Amino acid sequence: MRKKKNEQFHIVIAGCGRLGSLLANRLSAKGHSLIVIDNNPVSFNNLSPEYSGFRVEGDAMEYSILKKAKTSHADIFIASTNDDNINLMVAQVARKICRVPHVIARVSDPQKEATFQEMRVETICPTIIASEVLMDTITESLTRQPGENL
Amino acid sequence: MNVIIVGAYQTVYYLCRLFLSKGYRVTIINRHHEECERLAHNVKATVVHGDGSDPQILEDAHAHTADVILAITPNDQDNLLICQLGFTHFHIPQTLAVVNDPDNERVFKELGVPAISFTRVISLMIEQKTAFTDITNLFSIGEGKINVTEIILKTSSPVVGKSLQKIGLPKGSLIASILREEHPIVPDGSTQLLGKDRIIIITLPENHGQALRILTGDKI
Repeated sequence: MRKKKNEQFHIVIAGCGRLGSLLANRLSAKGHSLIVIDNNPVSFNNLSPEYSGFRVEGDAMEYSILKKAKTSHADIFIASTNDDNINLMVAQVARKICRVPHVIARVSDPQKEATFQEMRVETICPTIIASEVLMDTITESLTRQPGENL
Repeated sequence: MNVIIVGAYQTVYYLCRLFLSKGYRVTIINRHHEECERLAHNVKATVVHGDGSDPQILEDAHAHTADVILAITPNDQDNLLICQLGFTHFHIPQTLAVVNDPDNERVFKELGVPAISFTRVISLMIEQKTAFTDITNLFSIGEGKINVTEIILKTSSPVVGKSLQKIGLPKGSLIASILREEHPIVPDGSTQLLGKDRIIIITLPENHGQALRILTGDKI
């Protein structure tokens, strides 16, 4: 990833649902320049009042919308819609056509993650992450002495 | 030949009927249970119920033995993944995706997936055929990369009486020859167009419509 003087990145996020909007709010608060894309304008309500980035209303599957969001100027592209296959497609478009150096796609279905990696798309699977955290918590509480926690 | 078709009932049914009549072996993947039952009842094909972009379902459809996979679902993202899986995972030699958004035709090609857009094909046919009755699409070269078209100029056309250099044909279109009362003319910029001229024009797809509109005066 190319670094800039003040470490400010151009970040495009496709999908402004719970995950997309949370990321957008946090990254914007850190001073990065953000553009979020969503085809439902209501989902922009998830953005905090402090969010200082741009909103693009439209379907990220349409190349013209990615262009409108200046994707080819982005340092980072995050595909976080609620459809795994859409994420895979827009991530590939961002990587291979818009040449974004760093592209990450959210995948909900753990079985699809392997497929995505086959397509050379970097993925995050919240289901796997959540299950790992839960497993750790369970193991931790099981190794405690009985009654210790009461 | 073994063909896998992934898609909704209507398109799949007719394609399947066509393929079976050619003697192909067809496997259908469809994600709606009720449509699967109807398909299994109506055509002599193997029907697999499930999501065609799921490698497990493709496995069930014996994707590794397929010669061709067609992805014709109404979702472009699914069609892309189906073809990519077919190619990379199951090594199916021929893949074809139908794109619903015509712009995705280019996107798919850049991602290495052959694709066609019915929308574009239909609009091209309308532009080339039905809109202008005095126009005959003679032939095209390189799957439509160059079109050769014959137009019979109406006397009411706005270009009648003008020389070729004045009519403002778009770049990349060329009037190759004119038949005037059965006399062949190879025109240059100063050649004047007359009513009832039979014009042979060579165009690229991107300016085909515009070139024809200039010659006919139609505003479609």
